[in-house]
Amino acid sequence: MKKEKNTIKRREFLRKLAEGASAAGLLWLLPEGIAYGVFVSEHAGENAEHYYGMGIYVDRCIGCGKCVNACKNENNVPREPFFFRTWVERYVIFEDGEVKVDSPAGGAEGFPPLDSEKTNKPVIKSFFVPKLCNHCDNPPCVQVCPVGATFKSPEGVVLVDADYCIGCRYCIQACPYGARYLNPQTKTADKCTFCYHRLARGFLPACVEICPTRARVFADLKKRSNPLQRLMRLAEVHTLKPDLNTEPKVYYANLDGEVR
Amino acid sequence: MPDQVKRLSVIFILVISALVIVRYLLIPPTFGKLGHYRARALEDAKALPVKYAGREACLECHDDVGDALGKSYHRGLSCEVCHGPGAKHVKSEGDVELVVPGKRKDCLRCHQFLSSRPTGFPQVDPLQHNPVKPCITCHDPHEPGPPRAPADCSGCHTTIAKIKGVSRHVSLKCETCHTTKAQHKLDPRKFRASIPAEREFCGKCHAKKAKGSSDIPQVDIRLHGGRYLCWECHNPHNPQGE
Ligand code: HEC
Ligand code: HEC
Ligand code: HEC
Ligand code: HEC
Ligand code: HEC
Ligand code: HEC
Ligand code: HEC
Ligand code: HEC
Repeated sequence: MKKEKNTIKRREFLRKLAEGASAAGLLWLLPEGIAYGVFVSEHAGENAEHYYGMGIYVDRCIGCGKCVNACKNENNVPREPFFFRTWVERYVIFEDGEVKVDSPAGGAEGFPPLDSEKTNKPVIKSFFVPKLCNHCDNPPCVQVCPVGATFKSPEGVVLVDADYCIGCRYCIQACPYGARYLNPQTKTADKCTFCYHRLARGFLPACVEICPTRARVFADLKKRSNPLQRLMRLAEVHTLKPDLNTEPKVYYANLDGEVR
Repeated sequence: MPDQVKRLSVIFILVISALVIVRYLLIPPTFGKLGHYRARALEDAKALPVKYAGREACLECHDDVGDALGKSYHRGLSCEVCHGPGAKHVKSEGDVELVVPGKRKDCLRCHQFLSSRPTGFPQVDPLQHNPVKPCITCHDPHEPGPPRAPADCSGCHTTIAKIKGVSRHVSLKCETCHTTKAQHKLDPRKFRASIPAEREFCGKCHAKKAKGSSDIPQVDIRLHGGRYLCWECHNPHNPQGE
């Protein structure tokens, strides 16, 4: 009787010990940084040399889609018409209040004439909106990554570490702008990098380099005189889904309220 | 030391060293150096190859094209927007050939009329604008613009001239109603043609008792059509109606 009691106690003790040890071990297994890195917003820009952002003049975009193409070429984005790092949407606002958005192949091959040019449903206005990763200052995708494979670089650019990504797609779900996709070749999440490799060599991102109407401008926000100055001075500036508090760093000028 | 403690400590040591090894294997070096990520990933990202060389690189060997382009309506265009990514071409000093986009669809990508495009951007209706012929037979892609000043207004205002040609106003020259400087034909946006401003203008021929041929139908311009401008009801280029 006594003996039995003792055994139970010892077993329990051993089990508890093992549990405690493995929990501690698991915690310690996590890489350092977890305690401060993920949940506290980092202000990486404070001591970086550069901090990047992009401006888009919606009223200059002609919807040629050359930026989509250039991006795919520059970054080996699969040619299939549903993988994009940047894409162009066409908004059509009809007299009866209906809003239609289309983006055939992301605009990579340009746009066909509007259907309504045949159906004659009266259109109030129509315009093109280039989209891409907003490189949020407060990126929800980074917060959900279980392994720390996506992160905000010191320059404020949100990057994916393809060597470390496990392809779980959490970040793809978490992005409110649909800016990420799973690359079928590498089986990892992929997205716009502001052409980080080009920036490092002093080039502009490929989409900015190629835009024929300067609808896209690129800026180092650390420089007092940068091409975003004029955009901010002359136009009412919008970001997408500002209510989500993601603090995007892609700024739109002359954006219609219907765009989200 | 009791036996079980010995055994236990052996197990503990084994477990701990296993954890150390697993941790070492799982966490990549440089992780956590800059933040909750592999610092080395920044270097990896920077090392990717560049495909678009930029316009400056092209000018080193093609400065003639660059000069022409720089003064033209296409001055804002990057060479590679038409010729495709050129880094390999630059590196091989011209051996790797580039795309030379000579088809109509290459230009129409930007210039086809689309109502969503910003107003003022030069666009053409491919069915109306010199169909079939490749654009570059008339326009130099590096120096686009009207190829030469057409002698007649109809060279540019084709549709209007065609409509007027079969209307009751066929006998009127464009200049009767529009005064144009000669430069309008070279730089139409800077030197604008005039457009009649008030109804009395049409009255010169159509008012009661106006001089001119008796064939010209006449109306009382004080009353006819109320206070509207004549061309709010009559198309001046096709006055009898569509
Ligand atoms: C190092 C000198 C050099 C640079 C830099 C260079 N090119 Fe060339 N390029 C050449 C040479 C040489 C040829 C002539 C090849 C031939 O005639 O077969 C050529 C031919 C071309 C042609 C004619 C089509 C063809 O391939 O036969 C195009 C278009 C062209 N270059 C565009 C570009 C563009 C765009 C750039 C900038 C990205 C560029 N080049 C930069 C040397 C250069
Ligand atoms: C609007 C599109 C467009 C742009 C922008 C453009 N090109 Fe071209 N380029 C063409 C086309 C189309 C041809 C073929 C012309 C022909 O066959 O008559 C051509 C031909 C050439 C050729 C070979 C024939 C020649 O004219 O010598 C070279 C070299 C060339 N381009 C270089 C350049 C360079 C350098 C730039 C930038 C400074 C540039 N192009 C910008 C469309 C373009
Ligand atoms: C990537 C887009 C793009 C392509 C491709 C392109 N263009 Fe242009 N084109 C432009 C832009 C931008 C302008 C300047 C518009 C302005 O001044 O507002 C322009 C201006 C022009 C003009 C002057 C229009 C005027 O105002 O009188 C002509 C003509 C022209 N292009 C012809 C061509 C031809 C021919 C081709 C094919 C070889 C071509 N373009 C290809 C973007 C393009
Ligand atoms: C037969 C010669 C010819 C061909 C072919 C031709 N054009 Fe033109 N294009 C002209 C002339 C002449 C003008 C000047 C007057 C006008 O119509 O506005 C012109 C004007 C233009 C303009 C300026 C229009 C504006 O509103 O300012 C553009 C853009 C243009 N062409 C693009 C093209 C494109 C794109 C193609 C090929 C799909 C093409 N052209 C084919 C002769 C030609
Ligand atoms: C080289 C091509 C060309 C020729 C030749 C030409 N025009 Fe024009 N014209 C244009 C263009 C392009 C515009 C449009 C300007 C704009 O809307 O910005 C225009 C506009 C006009 C307008 C409208 C002006 C306005 O303010 O809206 C009139 C009227 C006109 N032209 C009359 C003429 C007459 C008359 C002739 C013959 C003497 C003539 N044009 C010859 C290209 C031409
Ligand atoms: C009977 C006088 C008259 C004659 C003749 C005439 N026009 Fe006009 N045109 C007008 C008037 C009036 C307007 C203004 C229409 C408006 O604002 O709705 C106009 C407008 C225009 C415009 C600008 C608006 C548009 O419809 O695109 C152009 C371009 C133009 N004319 C060109 C021509 C040309 C080219 C000719 C010769 C082939 C010509 N016109 C002959 C009276 C005339
Ligand atoms: C230089 C004299 C002249 C001017 C100015 C003129 N017209 Fe005419 N108009 C004519 C002639 C000539 C006819 C044709 C008469 C005929 O049928 O033989 C005509 C015919 C007409 C007709 C009658 C069509 C029909 O159904 O028979 C209308 C409507 C008309 N013009 C409107 C206008 C308007 C509007 C203006 C001002 C933008 C204008 N005209 C300016 C000379 C002129
Ligand atoms: C409110 C619309 C309106 C306005 C504005 C207007 N007209 Fe008319 N016009 C008409 C109608 C309707 C007719 C009848 C013929 C028809 O059905 O086309 C007519 C007929 C004419 C005729 C032909 C008469 C005939 O005997 O065949 C002439 C000439 C004419 N208008 C000239 C002008 C002139 C000049 C002005 C400017 C002073 C003008 N119109 C303004 C509506 C208008």
